[in-house]
Amino acid sequence: MTPPSSDFVTALPELSLLAVASVVLLVEAYNQSKAAAYLLTLFGLLLTGGLVVLTGSGVPTLAFNGLYVDDPMGEVLKLMTCLAAIVAVIYSRQFLDDRKMLSGDYLGLLLFAVLGMLVMISADHFLSLYLGLELLSLALYAMVAMERNSVRASEAAMKYFVLGALASGLLLYGMSLLYGLTGSLDLVNISNALHTGVKSEVVLVFGLVFIVAGLGFKLGAAPFHMWAPDVYHGAPAAVTLFVGSAPKLAAFAFAMRLLENGLQPAHDDWQQMLAVMAVASLAIGNLAAIMQTNIKRMLAYSTISHMGFLLLGMMTGSLAGYSSAMFYAVTYVLMSLGGFGMVTYLSRAGVEAENLDDFRGLNARHPWLAAVMAMVMLSMAGLPPFVGFYAKLLVLQALIGAGWIVLAVTAVIFSLIGAFYYLRVVKLMYFDEPGVEVCPVSHAGDAAILLAVNGVAILVLGILPQSLMTVCALSVQMSLR
Amino acid sequence: MLDGIGFLSLTIWVPIVAGLLVLATGSDDRNADGPRTLALIGAVLGFLVAVPLWTGFDVTTSAMQFQELAPWIPAFNIWYHLGVDGISMPFILLNSFTTILVVIAGWKVIKSRVAQYMAAFLIQSGLINGVFAGLDGILFYVFFEAMLIPLYLIIGMWGGPNRVYAAIKFFLYTLLGSLLMLIALIYLFFASGGSFEILEWQRVGLTMAAQLFLFVAFFFAFAVKVPMWPVHTWLPDAHVEAPTGGSVVLAAITLKVGAYGFLRFTLPIVPDATHQLTWLIVAFSLIAVVYIGLVALVQSDMKKLIAYSSIAHMGFVTLGFMLFSALGIEGGLVQMISHGFVSAALFLCIGVMYDRVHSRQIADYGGVVNTMPKFAALFMLFAMANSGLPGTSGFVGEFMVVLGAVKVNFWWAAAAALTLIFGAGYTLWMYKRVIFGKIANDHVAALKDIDGREFLVLGLLAVAVLAMGLYPLPVTNVMHVSVNNLLEHVAHSKLIP
Repeated sequence: MTPPSSDFVTALPELSLLAVASVVLLVEAYNQSKAAAYLLTLFGLLLTGGLVVLTGSGVPTLAFNGLYVDDPMGEVLKLMTCLAAIVAVIYSRQFLDDRKMLSGDYLGLLLFAVLGMLVMISADHFLSLYLGLELLSLALYAMVAMERNSVRASEAAMKYFVLGALASGLLLYGMSLLYGLTGSLDLVNISNALHTGVKSEVVLVFGLVFIVAGLGFKLGAAPFHMWAPDVYHGAPAAVTLFVGSAPKLAAFAFAMRLLENGLQPAHDDWQQMLAVMAVASLAIGNLAAIMQTNIKRMLAYSTISHMGFLLLGMMTGSLAGYSSAMFYAVTYVLMSLGGFGMVTYLSRAGVEAENLDDFRGLNARHPWLAAVMAMVMLSMAGLPPFVGFYAKLLVLQALIGAGWIVLAVTAVIFSLIGAFYYLRVVKLMYFDEPGVEVCPVSHAGDAAILLAVNGVAILVLGILPQSLMTVCALSVQMSLR
Repeated sequence: MLDGIGFLSLTIWVPIVAGLLVLATGSDDRNADGPRTLALIGAVLGFLVAVPLWTGFDVTTSAMQFQELAPWIPAFNIWYHLGVDGISMPFILLNSFTTILVVIAGWKVIKSRVAQYMAAFLIQSGLINGVFAGLDGILFYVFFEAMLIPLYLIIGMWGGPNRVYAAIKFFLYTLLGSLLMLIALIYLFFASGGSFEILEWQRVGLTMAAQLFLFVAFFFAFAVKVPMWPVHTWLPDAHVEAPTGGSVVLAAITLKVGAYGFLRFTLPIVPDATHQLTWLIVAFSLIAVVYIGLVALVQSDMKKLIAYSSIAHMGFVTLGFMLFSALGIEGGLVQMISHGFVSAALFLCIGVMYDRVHSRQIADYGGVVNTMPKFAALFMLFAMANSGLPGTSGFVGEFMVVLGAVKVNFWWAAAAALTLIFGAGYTLWMYKRVIFGKIANDHVAALKDIDGREFLVLGLLAVAVLAMGLYPLPVTNVMHVSVNNLLEHVAHSKLIP
């Protein structure tokens, strides 16, 4: 039994983030300046990221009686989450300011959402896992509904909330079944219990189905993807940017904790479910994206297809598969930050640059922005020399290494279909003449510079992917049980 | 030279860096001479660093030369491994040479977004050199697919009215092939016990089922690029819509990448499957030669005609490869290089006329010789080369392939020889209708003969066509040992039960 004091040290990043989030909520009451909350948010996220690095030990450490685990994979994911949140906040500053949304409420919610993600990433117990998930989800529901006068946003929030609650219910039901079967909520104990054999295979599979369904919902994988296009479309661009980026890291961690840490002995059972979900996501995501005229909806469907790829990596149940899925999640977040960040950046007061036609002729007006967006799109399509290619390469390699050649062929055929709609965005920006309605670019220098950095990072990591790959592979390897 | 950096790296990175510089410096089209000059300097430098590959080449060994080896992604055993043999080296030179021509040819014609145009060609040139020099499967693949991006932009941004359709069709078609190849590459990684070395793969034993699977995957990738009948339909569209420079690079270089892939991957890695499916490739090649030759005959658009003629000529190349003899493969390679010069020249000739009249329809011309005598003379030479006149480069390769084919199967040779007739038919008939006769209309009457810049470009190509036609020995010398080495690989069965 470790003394409680060291538990608090282990969870220092989360605790400090909680403190900062509370201050951000309050700061507006005492200080009218918007900048204070904004800067404090950035500071809090930086501090948390820094503490993750400082407290990182390199070996898995349990805390709070096994509710919480601090391992290298979690540390890498937490750091990435904080970085992604910082980038998302900087991208959305101008957008939020234009709409009078840059307030302590919004930023506080955002910090609580990040806190939820961190808890999820470090959870080693059904309780903490669920706690983190709900903290994240409730904050996101509120953020989607933040634009009070928008009917679309309210509808999206409603949909998100109802379906999210349903998914949480499914997940809880699955967890309770497993609890009944194994007598524990602790993932380590569950894993051990499953290893020694369970009384009823039927109950196990039954519980697994519910857990995987809940997981599929949170990832936004088909056939539990219905909420994603509506939420991505309805929410203000800045919220979509946030919802579509960092939480995917947490969702990946969630899947890892549940499936690898807890349910690895039942790998044969969940493998098929994941395979079906993955193929369905690839099919629905890529085919439906072709029909979209709204870029947020298009990117939502593209997210679904990316989650399909991620699930393909997880499905193999091997070290190579897990680390490829982690690499996929990290690079996906990098790309989606760029994509949604561009949508946010090009939006101006009152109007969102959300239709594909708004990108028409962007190259003629802003060649640099068009180049960044083109890099994001081509990277999402999985073309070298961009980082998205290596993400797909690693997943395919894990699949073929495990003997799933048919699935690999299916995956590349769907990514060929997917290439079409990414190319269409490039076509709009480069081949078409600018229309009458061209979005004037708002003057947010910080966001512009960061977008450029984001684009260059996609290219540079595409030419030299070694470091990120190693980080992902090593951290997963050191965290496997 | 620079220490630690080899010539192969320079041929790849000099054009790319030059392209990025052009992109960074030139954004103003009113003052485009700067980017133009910079692009020309970059292209010439790119060619100069490629010249030592030729002068320093050892023709007595089949081993890879100018090798460079550096760890790239050690976690997956992926290396930055470059090297050339007699099969790949000539194409790096051809590519670097063509880049200069393309830059000069686009000098005055391209008026909008000049810097982006020039940069796209330079970057493309570097990437294609990477395809020919890459000896690591993933490195090869990265260049192989990345080269699609500049060409996609070139066709889509500076192309004709239907350019969007053509660009996307081109991209998706070629991507389909290369994605399947990616799976084949990963499969080989595991089959060879964890290596992405192409040369290592050539020694790996494979079962027949695996060989057939790999054959199909490679076939998709390379047949689409070549392009072979029946996956050729993207090419006429792409050629017709692409700007002149795009057509030149497409015909002269990117088609060769497909044929090169057959020699580097299909033949040596899966020889047993190749032997088993020779009939298929030969059938496709002969259909390309005969049927596509007939299709070319009835085209009314000059660019489309040359595009179909390219498919027919490339059918000859793949036929040559499938003869499994030194004569056939060398004939195919010579034909590839020759076609690189001739098709580039023909597209440039059409570009010269298009710039003046803004039409590619044969019916809009007639009697051009009266107003453009110098041009007509050069065009004549290239038309003759395209129909395989002895003394031009077009003859050498075709003759070698036909000669090789007679030894294997008389009827293959007979069908292949038809191309000499069809080729002469469609090229010369087009030439006659466009150049000879009375002056057809006011546009033709107002034509001005080619200026110094155009003369320089076409003149350089004319010299190349004649030199290769009259004295092809240096080229075949370079290839000879490597081709024999390849044939040894092909002759050895790699079958494991």
